[in-house]
Amino acid sequence: MQQLEALLREASDLAEGVIAPSAAEAEVERVMKICNACRYCEGFCAVFPAMTRRLEFAQADIHYLANLCHNCGACLHACQYAPPHEFAVNIPQAMAKVRGQTYSDFAWPSSLGTLYRNNGLTVALALAAGLALFLMMALAKNGTLFHAPLAGDFYATFPHNLLVSMFGPVFLFVAVALGLGVAKFWRGISAGDPNAAAIAETAHDVLKLKYLDGGHGQGCPNADDASTLARRRFHHLTFYGFMLCFAATSVATIYHYVFGWAAPYALTSLPVVLGTLGGIGLLIGPAGLLWLNVRRHAQHGDAAQKPMDRGFIALLLLTSATGLALLAGRDTAAMALLLAAHLGAVMALFLTMPYGKFAHGIFRTAALLKWAIEKRAPNPVGVGSE
Amino acid sequence: MKQDTSSTPDVLVIGGGNAALCAALTAREAGASVLLLEAAPREWRGGNSSHTRNLRCMHDAPQDVLTDAYPEEEFWQDLKKVTGGRTNEQLARLAIRESSRCRDWMRKHGVHFQPSLSGTLHLSRTNAFFMGGGKALVNAYYRSAEALGVQIRYEAPVDRLEVVDGQFRAAWIGQERIAARACVVASGGFESNREWLREAWGQNADGEWPADNFAIRGTRFNRGVLLKAMMEAGADTIGDPSQSHCVAVDARAPLYDGGICTRIDCVSLGIVVNKHAQRFYDEGEDFWPKRYAIWGRLVAQQPGQVGFSVIDSKAVGRFMPPVFPGAKADTLEGLARQLGLDEQAFVRTVRDYNAACRVGTFDHTVLDDCHTEGVTPAKTHWALPLDTAPFYGYALKPGITFTYLGLKVDERAAAHFKGEPSRNLFVAGEMMAGNVLGQGYTAGVGMTIGTVFGRIAGASAAAATRKEGVEHAAA
Repeated sequence: MQQLEALLREASDLAEGVIAPSAAEAEVERVMKICNACRYCEGFCAVFPAMTRRLEFAQADIHYLANLCHNCGACLHACQYAPPHEFAVNIPQAMAKVRGQTYSDFAWPSSLGTLYRNNGLTVALALAAGLALFLMMALAKNGTLFHAPLAGDFYATFPHNLLVSMFGPVFLFVAVALGLGVAKFWRGISAGDPNAAAIAETAHDVLKLKYLDGGHGQGCPNADDASTLARRRFHHLTFYGFMLCFAATSVATIYHYVFGWAAPYALTSLPVVLGTLGGIGLLIGPAGLLWLNVRRHAQHGDAAQKPMDRGFIALLLLTSATGLALLAGRDTAAMALLLAAHLGAVMALFLTMPYGKFAHGIFRTAALLKWAIEKRAPNPVGVGSE
Repeated sequence: MKQDTSSTPDVLVIGGGNAALCAALTAREAGASVLLLEAAPREWRGGNSSHTRNLRCMHDAPQDVLTDAYPEEEFWQDLKKVTGGRTNEQLARLAIRESSRCRDWMRKHGVHFQPSLSGTLHLSRTNAFFMGGGKALVNAYYRSAEALGVQIRYEAPVDRLEVVDGQFRAAWIGQERIAARACVVASGGFESNREWLREAWGQNADGEWPADNFAIRGTRFNRGVLLKAMMEAGADTIGDPSQSHCVAVDARAPLYDGGICTRIDCVSLGIVVNKHAQRFYDEGEDFWPKRYAIWGRLVAQQPGQVGFSVIDSKAVGRFMPPVFPGAKADTLEGLARQLGLDEQAFVRTVRDYNAACRVGTFDHTVLDDCHTEGVTPAKTHWALPLDTAPFYGYALKPGITFTYLGLKVDERAAAHFKGEPSRNLFVAGEMMAGNVLGQGYTAGVGMTIGTVFGRIAGASAAAATRKEGVEHAAA
């Protein structure tokens, strides 16, 4: 009887154009119903308090909760219903699978969403193309990759305007693709309008990686049930290293256009100092994240996404390593070679940004903003008022 | 704090839940070498403690996660009330006072606390919740024990004890003899021993063995082996051997380890019928947390040990969401069909109840004035007619949380033999909870007893080994 009703419901859903949930979404719905009857993990992160505001988990709720989950792993080790229990509750894994699916489903243009699913290939091709492009351009210009030392004059190899005309459009595309993707996601989870306090709280949660602190400040599990702050710290080095590198490029752009000061800049100049610090952060951070990723507990997250995680980490490492090598060797005969390698890595990083691990930051920020908005509204579920 | 693992440990701890871990940690802190034997494999370690969520805790002023105050006297009065006086005041007050002092120690060993969970506001003053629940606490204790050098063996089920004149000599795992200078047994009750449970509950007038239809809410490893071994060694017992804490859980709950999420919280919002579609008890007698534990026994007394909690749409969102979806139908007849109940009888029961409802001002947060008149049994509060489709139904069966039979102890947690305390054999946790909790239950008090008497047993065992050392030196 219940089966028949389920079939009837499915048929009417199909007729009304409701899309049946994927296996990953159905699993999140299943485990969330178990969690909602237990609630022991409320203190760990935002996912569980957000869950208690719901009795049913529609597709939009599932997308939202999946991206709110930071895959910290604390709830898995604490769970009385985790495998080998027959309920087999594994929240980090169930959420990760849906997250991977949302990145792909909300990609812009949607036809490129498939790049997430073959992310190892995507990164490899982008890197090969980036390196080949700049190496060939250097060869075409100079006839050789080695040259008489140029005292760090990059523009002798790649003129400034050429670089701007290549990276400018790519950067714009990245911003548009990610922006349109996350806008579609935001509409899907019908998040409402943020006020200043919600925005401030989201910025705080993102910039401090609040939800990698385990809820008690001692961090989250990695290889086993022990709490560690290592993931949070290496992620900080990565994120802030990236931002410092970005700041270095921005300052250099201002130097170039506003003040007319052309590169190369002195080692003590602001762009070089920012870039060096950022480069070091972007070297240590991703190296640490890679180390943690390799040692990660087998039941954390979605094993199928590990190639994407590691591909992105490798690209970041390659970007910082080539950047620092370029700085060290900018006065030598290998400058053009180093520059081509660095620009190739940077190009690959940017080209794959809207279709790889980088997107997690954008989608998670959106989910955190929704949480900051909804937690300020009265709880629609008045359960357990007694 | 390294210990020689090859030699005889000072203290042997039998069990692997909260009380056993508290005993092992305390004994180790006191300088004893400790070996802990957990019957379960590592992934199932921790016994019933893995399903717990808080500790009832005396405090005289607001603390981190505790609101207001919960003074000793109030805690004692609560305990006296729920046990109907079946408690030992000296031991109860010891547990209460120590509960106010143990949380810093727990934190030191890695336990974190969190504010009371949503839907448990009524516990925010009295109970300190473990962040992540009992399994996170158990994990923290094992981690700390390993770091301190406590030797831990999993899949080490002790099957008999060597006790001579009330003194512990050794424990046996099959052919392996494990001697120690002192021993703490903290290996739980017998609720997972189906044969024993069957014997305890007996046969009813219809020839049924009610216990055959029970779910065990906790671990499958509490088979009462050590309880029986202690009794055979002549240890004094306490508590009613036929009694257990029994609640009504979803009939689809797993046979073991269903834990908290299989509970059904909507009983007071609707009606409950048996398999003949007849109501059998006042669903609105008191607030649900206070009546939670009587419904297991009520359902156990019904034919087939099954009941059906039925609500209508008005109740949705007013109770903790159940883990399994309920049967759902737009008509009472449809619901009866889904629940396998006689349609006519069910509809008649609901109509009779609906007609008897005297609706005043519904308020689920107080004992309101919505009640029935002219129907037996009456529903004395929150009686609203079941008239708003869709209707929902949840099948219930009894779920056993723990058994009450235990071993008599004193304020040192020493086992007693013919009224005399043992010098080196101590008991903690569920195995001696009956000293404080002769019947009834109130949230978090099991963890209070386990933590307090676990620590006392550990300290007593460590002290016993020191005394023994002195005696050896003097000889």
